[in-house]
Amino acid sequence: MEWVGSPKINQLWWDSSLWGRELKLNTCERSHLYCARVKISLTAVYSGTVRTYQDNMQFMLLFSRQGKLRLQKWYVALSDTQKKKISREVIQMVLARKPKMCSFLEWRDLKIVYKRYASLYFCCAVEDQENELITLEIIHRYVELLDKYFGSVCELDIIFNFEKAYYILDEFILGGEAQETSKKIVLKAIEQADMLQEEAEAPRSVLEEIGLT
Amino acid sequence: MSPSVCLQEMIRVIRGARTQGEERGVIQRECAAIRAQFRQADNGGRSHNLAKLLYVHMLGYPAHFGQMECVRLIASSKYSEKRIGYLGAMMLLDEKQDASLLITNSIKNDLSHSSQHVQSLALCTLACMGSAEMCRDLAPEIERLLKASNSYIKKKAALCAVHIVRKIPELGEMFTPSAHSLLSEKNHGVLHGAVILITELCERNPDNLKQFRKSVPELVQIMKNLVTSGYSPEHNVAGISDPFLQVRILRLLRILGRNNDAASDAMNDLLAQVATNTDSSKTAGSAVLYETVLTIMDIRSESGLRVLAVNILGRFLLNNDRNIRYISMTSLQKIVQTDHTAVQRHRGTIVDCLKDQDASVKRYAPSQRWHIDTILHVLVTAGGDVRDETVPNLIQLITAASELHCYTVHKLYRALISDIVQQSLVQVACWCIGEYGDLLLKGECEEITPMQVTEDDVLDALETVLQSHMSTPTSRGFALTAIMKLSTRITNNVDRIRSVVSIYGSCIDVELQQRAVEYNALFKKYDHMRAAVLERMPVIDRNSSGQTNGDPSVEPMKEFNQPKPVQGVLIQEPANQVCDLLDLLGDSNPPLLVTNDHTSTAPNSTNSTSSNVQDNLLDLLGGLEPTPAPSVTVFEKGGLSLKLQCDQQTETSTTVTFTASNSTQSDITGFNLQAAVPKSVQLQMKAPSGDLIPAQGCGTVTQTVLLSYTNKANLKMRVRLSYSSQGTACQDMVQIDSFPSPAWS
Repeated sequence: MEWVGSPKINQLWWDSSLWGRELKLNTCERSHLYCARVKISLTAVYSGTVRTYQDNMQFMLLFSRQGKLRLQKWYVALSDTQKKKISREVIQMVLARKPKMCSFLEWRDLKIVYKRYASLYFCCAVEDQENELITLEIIHRYVELLDKYFGSVCELDIIFNFEKAYYILDEFILGGEAQETSKKIVLKAIEQADMLQEEAEAPRSVLEEIGLT
Repeated sequence: MSPSVCLQEMIRVIRGARTQGEERGVIQRECAAIRAQFRQADNGGRSHNLAKLLYVHMLGYPAHFGQMECVRLIASSKYSEKRIGYLGAMMLLDEKQDASLLITNSIKNDLSHSSQHVQSLALCTLACMGSAEMCRDLAPEIERLLKASNSYIKKKAALCAVHIVRKIPELGEMFTPSAHSLLSEKNHGVLHGAVILITELCERNPDNLKQFRKSVPELVQIMKNLVTSGYSPEHNVAGISDPFLQVRILRLLRILGRNNDAASDAMNDLLAQVATNTDSSKTAGSAVLYETVLTIMDIRSESGLRVLAVNILGRFLLNNDRNIRYISMTSLQKIVQTDHTAVQRHRGTIVDCLKDQDASVKRYAPSQRWHIDTILHVLVTAGGDVRDETVPNLIQLITAASELHCYTVHKLYRALISDIVQQSLVQVACWCIGEYGDLLLKGECEEITPMQVTEDDVLDALETVLQSHMSTPTSRGFALTAIMKLSTRITNNVDRIRSVVSIYGSCIDVELQQRAVEYNALFKKYDHMRAAVLERMPVIDRNSSGQTNGDPSVEPMKEFNQPKPVQGVLIQEPANQVCDLLDLLGDSNPPLLVTNDHTSTAPNSTNSTSSNVQDNLLDLLGGLEPTPAPSVTVFEKGGLSLKLQCDQQTETSTTVTFTASNSTQSDITGFNLQAAVPKSVQLQMKAPSGDLIPAQGCGTVTQTVLLSYTNKANLKMRVRLSYSSQGTACQDMVQIDSFPSPAWS
């Protein structure tokens, strides 16, 4: 078990003699002052204290409607068991959503942004401060890249060429952030990398075939 | 057979397995073969074997024996082997594994490789799973690459630097100069990375903030070019030129403009331009607008701009796209806390938005006024006999009936000036006058004969309550608070309020004295917050919100991810009151539970006796709230006792309130609670009410904890108390295995 402490109350609140003691008030007034305290904390918190952020995108998951994982990219350091547990939970949560619900879910201290394309769910976990709409655009951009690369991509393409799906993702997103905003440039880079790979492999297999290795 | 078919063949075979057992068998065989291959000397199939292993790993099977192979492949000179090796490293090696250190050297070499694609692999891997040590080792290389000539590498190096700064903030200094110069790049990818890097540097270190504020004009210019440039096919998304870059720049501007007038001024025009010119018919445009709104609200913008921002959110509320409605609701909720007046005009839209999903709202409208009238009548005639909970209950009712605020406050004012004997009436009246004084002073109210009320009149009335010997200390407290609240609602007599407040600072009644001193402080030291602290209260959440009025009113809320009780209570509360009221006319026992089908509580006379009706009349208001949940003492030692009370219990969540009290002779200070729960339970601690527990039971400290779980049987909690009593620091622990249920669950 891990110990969880109280949320850090703004120092201003504690220092101020205003709220140092519990006032003997009935429910209404206490609620009012509690709201006031919250406001004071909020105003102080927003007045210039440095805030620390984690990585913007924590992970991306692609899974089928049966819950089978087709791609998982993690941008935070977690053990295998933790990753499995989180994937299971998130997949269950997203699969439980009805079609008319919106694409955003709050989970722990993160936001899950997901969208279904045909038989695949594309799901990103971003930190709370993130702009969810632009995350949806990022997901859409990745799908467009896959579509352009495979030509009318379908789930089978991603299953049988999973390593290519990863290469494409790694050319678009780096360390959890989009690295290139031009579709053309991303596709060009992958094309060149693929060519390099073919060159590296080709002589080998030719030599193998004629029995010279 | 070409090796790549091998991989796909294996995938086909695995997918063809009909049972889990069969699949396991296939995989075990394949893994054995792969392991054997790894042990062999250098052979051509290594990369394909690793690819197979990675596929198996993705299905959830163990693949740790592939880690060393990754290390080997990364060190290979062939691009094809490096590519899969690095992918394997990102999947199988995380910074917690020792093997990850072994690739540091390879990465270092590859960062200076002649091929940019190899450099790219190294950068990608470092940014994805680089540990702190690796980052420290390789930071100088990254810094060098930031200045490299190739934009393909620069953009990746920038994001690598972002990762390094997140891992080791002190290294930020190393990248600051380069980050600055990257802003003059034309390449969008590099700019995007540079903006993210600068954002990260500014968030970590306030000194960087000062430095990068000087770049605001440059950023504004870049943004302007993006917004006003013609159609650029390369970066165009649904009519917006590079929305990704626009959003990042807006976010950086937000951080730079926060709490800084000069920076905020410099970006005002740009924000207005973006806000008015961005086409929001597609998600890309909405994303940019959304970020603009967030920025406007967070910096020191002019009020005109803020109104524009709130209007945009208001427009979003009516959008057809569910996602856009959702984000507008969540942002409006955040803004309401800091910028209440701007949001007021949209309250109507917000309520409308919720209204059309909930037909039950329409039911309560006509009967609310009659309801309030009836209760007031009761208070006037029998005010001395009603229960203590009457006052808060009535106040909650009143806050929920927003259209009737004007009418209610007028009625209560008139009741107050005619008679101040009935204390509960006096208290409710004072509270309402304090809260809705501005409506009272406006004079007109359609449902009541007009009566001119001046600020002096109102203050006279409240001061009469304050000074009268008939007023109980509680009522005087209400009156004083009401007077204080009026200081933000009236214009001419603020000085009069100031003097009243300061006079009572030496009142002999300790409670009044304390309040007066604190309100005085609010005038003096915290005057800048006075308006925010004293503004209209939100609708109060009841403890017993477990009473729902049937599913239809709850279901649509879930779509908005359960907005805070503010809106929820608005819809559910009044309907509850109506059916309780119907019960009054009937005679059945005051309902502790409101059933889903509330028509069943319509008047029925089978059990009627006159005494029952009498009880019900007085229990009218008592019946609105079920008996409070029982509280259990979970810890008692040396005069310190900790009580636990469960509220709002559902199948998967509970709200627990801890109350700590102190019966010793001296105060307990530094009181702090920590809690631990089993892994299947989730725990959220709310802020405690304080850390000082006054002596001799004069006061308590309360803290709320929210628990959510899948199985109630597993619910256990350990609580650790730390505090100082009579000069000694103490720490105690208590395990809580069972939680009392609220009376009505």
